[in-house]
Amino acid sequence: MMANDSVKLSKNLLRMKFMQRGLDAETKKQLEDEERRIISDEHWHLDLPELKANENLIIEEPSFVPCENLNYGRISFKGFNPEVEKLMVLINPKEEGANEEEQQIGRMQTDVTDEEMALRYESLVGSMRKKFAKKRERAAMEDLNHNDTNSKRVFLKPHE
Amino acid sequence: MLSSLKDRVGAVLLPGDGFSLDTDDTISLTEQAKPDKVLCGPGLRRSGARLVACKSGVLRHKLPNVFWVDSQQRRYVPAKGETVIGIVMLKSGDVFKVDFGGSEQASLSYLAFEGSTKRNRPNVQVGDLVFAQFTIANKDMEPELVCIDSSGRANGMGVFGPGGLLFRVSLGLVRRLLAPHSDIRSDLDQLFPCELVVGMNGRVWVKSSSIQQTLILANLLQSCDTMTAPQRQELFKRVKQGAL
Repeated sequence: MMANDSVKLSKNLLRMKFMQRGLDAETKKQLEDEERRIISDEHWHLDLPELKANENLIIEEPSFVPCENLNYGRISFKGFNPEVEKLMVLINPKEEGANEEEQQIGRMQTDVTDEEMALRYESLVGSMRKKFAKKRERAAMEDLNHNDTNSKRVFLKPHE
Repeated sequence: MLSSLKDRVGAVLLPGDGFSLDTDDTISLTEQAKPDKVLCGPGLRRSGARLVACKSGVLRHKLPNVFWVDSQQRRYVPAKGETVIGIVMLKSGDVFKVDFGGSEQASLSYLAFEGSTKRNRPNVQVGDLVFAQFTIANKDMEPELVCIDSSGRANGMGVFGPGGLLFRVSLGLVRRLLAPHSDIRSDLDQLFPCELVVGMNGRVWVKSSSIQQTLILANLLQSCDTMTAPQRQELFKRVKQGAL
């Protein structure tokens, strides 16, 4: 006890891992507080107003090419340079006629139209209802259907 | 919001003419609330939330929201993605210096050719003509050209020639030549077999089966700049008949 009063262990020593076990609650807390203060002091932040994200509505385009849909700069006439003529077909934006064709292809890709789908599901509604109906209801439903349509066909004997 | 701009389509703009693109004070119920993006092409410049014209010319519009100023000029200012005809001026180590008629020479790496590797250098000599595309073109940096597209294919770029004739025309004529439904091109189509390389920098290279025909073509194209359509068609007809 005497030694404890006169000689105090240094803070840095107390903070070491192997000293943590023997510390009492109060000193532990004190040390932790101090540590937290040091950390928060050393953290610094810029004193700036928050950046306002201003959406930019104007996009600049320095070139005429995309604006005017300009063609590629290599041109060959009447088959003078077949390679270039191939390139011209490949690179240049399609003419109107080709566009129409493309649109048709686009239309064909949705080969089941909305109307067709609706018609198909119309019949499905009935069968789904049948599935979820209880046994008795189902019987009633079938009765209804049979009553109006199902008159059993019998062989009619032809007249002599 | 764009109504002020759309009203002026087809009108002449002078440098300094500005448009405010702020959202209107009145909110209309029919229009969608989301503001539209505007693509402003050459001749228009953004200044804060305003659009300011920086060239004199006619305001053009393309759907949906593309605006640009159609102007005549002879000085070429490089723009990213444009294809130009350049002359190789200097071989220095890894790069070629290429003159494309701008304020500064562009650099063209020897690796920016189709099929070239560190070991396999492209055969490019000083004085060769190259058809190349800008990858870097801004006012603060040295412009940079490449002769391949993003997938490494040449697609008609690279060294061309030999033979043929290189000359300069105005930038407006180049745009008229390359326009989607160019009447000059359809007129040329009826003459004789020939080949053109048209750079956005105003350089045009023509080649035909004989020197005489090449010269005729060059003279025709150079005079096209200042001719009306009927005058041009008349001239082309006379050339076709062999009068010139």
